[in-house]
Amino acid sequence: MTSILKNRLFWPAAILVVLLAVNVFTSNQFITIRDGHLFGTLIDILRGSAPLILVALGMTLVIATGGIDLSVGSVMAISGAVACLLISDLGDQNAVGPVLLIIAASIGISVLFGLWNGALVAIVGIQPIIATLILMVAGRGVAQLITDGQIINVQSGPYATIASGFLLAVPVAFLIAVAAVALIVLLTRRTALGLLLESVGGSPTASRLAGIGAKRITVMVYMVAGGFAGLAGLIYSANIKSADSISAGNLIELDAILAVVIGGTALIGGRFSIAGTVLGAILIQTLGVTVVAVGVPAQATLLFKAIVVVALCLSQSPAFREKVFGRLKPRPALRAEVAQ
Amino acid sequence: MAEQSPVLEMTGIRKVFPGVVALDGVDFRLYPGEIHALMGENGAGKSTLIKVLTGVYDIDGGDITLAGAPVRINGPLQAQQAGISTVYQEVNLCTNLSVAENIFIGREPRRFGRIQWGLMRRRAAELLARLDLDLDVSAPLSTYSLAIQQMVAIARAVDISARVLILDEPTSSLDTSEVAQLFAVMRRLKDEGVAILFVSHFLDQIYEVSDRLTVLRNGQLIGEYRTAALPQVQLVEKMIGKELAVLSDVEDEAQSSREKAAEASPVIEARGLGRSGAIAPFDLTIHAGEVVGLAGLLGSGRTELARLLFGADRADQGELSIDGRPVTLRSPQLAMKKGIAFSSENRRTEGIIGDLSVRENIILALQASRGWTRPIPRRRQDEIVEKYIKALQIRPADPERPVRNLSGGNQQKVLLARWLITEPRLLIIDEPTRGIDVGAKAEIQKLVAELSGGGMAVLFVSAELEEVLRLSHKIEVLRDRRLVEELENTDGVDADRIMQTIASGATS
Repeated sequence: MTSILKNRLFWPAAILVVLLAVNVFTSNQFITIRDGHLFGTLIDILRGSAPLILVALGMTLVIATGGIDLSVGSVMAISGAVACLLISDLGDQNAVGPVLLIIAASIGISVLFGLWNGALVAIVGIQPIIATLILMVAGRGVAQLITDGQIINVQSGPYATIASGFLLAVPVAFLIAVAAVALIVLLTRRTALGLLLESVGGSPTASRLAGIGAKRITVMVYMVAGGFAGLAGLIYSANIKSADSISAGNLIELDAILAVVIGGTALIGGRFSIAGTVLGAILIQTLGVTVVAVGVPAQATLLFKAIVVVALCLSQSPAFREKVFGRLKPRPALRAEVAQ
Repeated sequence: MAEQSPVLEMTGIRKVFPGVVALDGVDFRLYPGEIHALMGENGAGKSTLIKVLTGVYDIDGGDITLAGAPVRINGPLQAQQAGISTVYQEVNLCTNLSVAENIFIGREPRRFGRIQWGLMRRRAAELLARLDLDLDVSAPLSTYSLAIQQMVAIARAVDISARVLILDEPTSSLDTSEVAQLFAVMRRLKDEGVAILFVSHFLDQIYEVSDRLTVLRNGQLIGEYRTAALPQVQLVEKMIGKELAVLSDVEDEAQSSREKAAEASPVIEARGLGRSGAIAPFDLTIHAGEVVGLAGLLGSGRTELARLLFGADRADQGELSIDGRPVTLRSPQLAMKKGIAFSSENRRTEGIIGDLSVRENIILALQASRGWTRPIPRRRQDEIVEKYIKALQIRPADPERPVRNLSGGNQQKVLLARWLITEPRLLIIDEPTRGIDVGAKAEIQKLVAELSGGGMAVLFVSAELEEVLRLSHKIEVLRDRRLVEELENTDGVDADRIMQTIASGATS
């Protein structure tokens, strides 16, 4: 029992369970089947959390190298803008082939923006927070240039599918997120990338002297983060069927960083946890949904969110846990440790 | 002096780190008005004892009395308040501030919250005059030499609290005249009744300045002696002790492979290789199966030379060839491809990755050379790691433990394992035995001898002359970032001979 309690992800998981339980009681439909696919608050949460999961995945890898990527929100806006602009120029917006091609192109462009970030960090040697701040600020401007300051609306069935469609009764957006998680897990744990990443984040100097091409790995990680942010931007824009370069991905970098931290990856780099990040992202999304569901007044939602986050962070702080739980029952805890 | 009671008395001091007993029942006495040398090889427990005294470490057993009253030193500030001040090898001052500011930083004379600059300068000048130093107290500290900076640090230390002064290797980076100057200051303080604890690697200095000495070995007290009554040879015996038996084996092994090495082909050849500001151009050839030792003081360019051969820093002049073919080592990665391995002296910052496990640390270099797309299969990893944990006796023998939790000696073995599995042709090891316990040290030395016996070329960097002499076939002596002499390690070469070169430059 204590080993479960001691697990870093215990408290985030517990809070998630509590929040979901609250939703079971407050929402009239938590999970049900309607028109042949799943429906309800839980499904809304899963679908809604897809963009954040995608962004947070990339952020996890970046943070593992000891970096940070503030530009993910802007990259979302750019990719949505590019996709919507190109789709709106299509003769037949419902043609599947061209739309897929456009999606691929938008992601490709996002990867290039990631390359830009990575180059600034690894090759030019600018501090990650500053290097990505450049694109964070400039990127939104680029997105507005692409859309010419307008909101571009699209009427494309295939495009809308990636946000609101269902495959085998499950939301496509969530499936995309699951696929992305699987891809990243394979990429980091089935190859040596995870080890080398953690090494670079743990000690860049020692890694260099061990012959690790830290620069190439760093650049690659920012490219992955860019690509995933681009994909998140497509889901966002497909959901509202338009490119909104002002609010797409606005402040999502902060939620993503929070998700990574809740998941147990330290901001100084090194060890990272994909499972933790996914849990963190879903938790943040659930929190947002719950706040609305329980009827917290709109002006108090941010404060409510802040309180939960503070509680969460405290529950994960070893010093705080020691103070609170250590004093309550030091003896049994000690004995249990010996028993292990 | 015998009738006087000690100002500081430590009895039965015990300090345990995971995996190693650093101090085991050590007694130590310090009388007012004496210079007391603390002796022992690296890893004997000197620095641990000092850290206990300065409150960096808490003791696991034993008592400390200061001026007759029992004390428990819980932190550096408390040590200072109790009258114990320390000056370390690396000067911990702000060189951009003035001399006076450095002396009074954090405790400036104030009136109504305003610093009284005039009073501060006057008091600084008085204090320095007491130590026979004539400095411009308003000049930035950086305008003075390292030796003077050290003395300013001493002035600051005695002004804060003058009962016990600890000088931890203060002379390691000073030249002869600067050492004399420092000793003059030490003697003056001694006459004023300050008890001085002095640590130095240089035996001559110990005999020149100290009254008594305490010898530690392997965390245990060997004895306390009057310096004048203990011949140097006996002191060295007491410091090295029973380790001698193991080491003579090592020496035999080194001897036998010496003949072989001379005939082998050169693995690496440097001609006029250099990097401005780091190391003057040098020539160096290392043959297969040869152990080349680098000797020299701290800052003499030992590490800088080693780093050039690994591509950790880029040479800006000269040529390097490996197996007779010219190469430019642009990065460690390239050097590794050419079969060169380098284990840095900064184990913690440039060696291990603390968060990662023993297994991950060991396979890191091999994995890096394979690239991320070709992971080493887990079963193969486990085999390799198990083999090396056994071969190098890494303790605890748990491959999944974070390497951070291992003792220094075991971390060093992990690093050696990391490089050995890459099967290098030239192994460069920088200070592999620094700060590790005697047992691990002998094992590492033995390993080096065995590796060279097996045909590996080894470049061995160490601050300890004895160790360099014991292992090397050829010794390169460095001084002031210049390779000044190459010595074949024959019977005629001993520590004195090398120290002479270090002290005075090449004898030619």
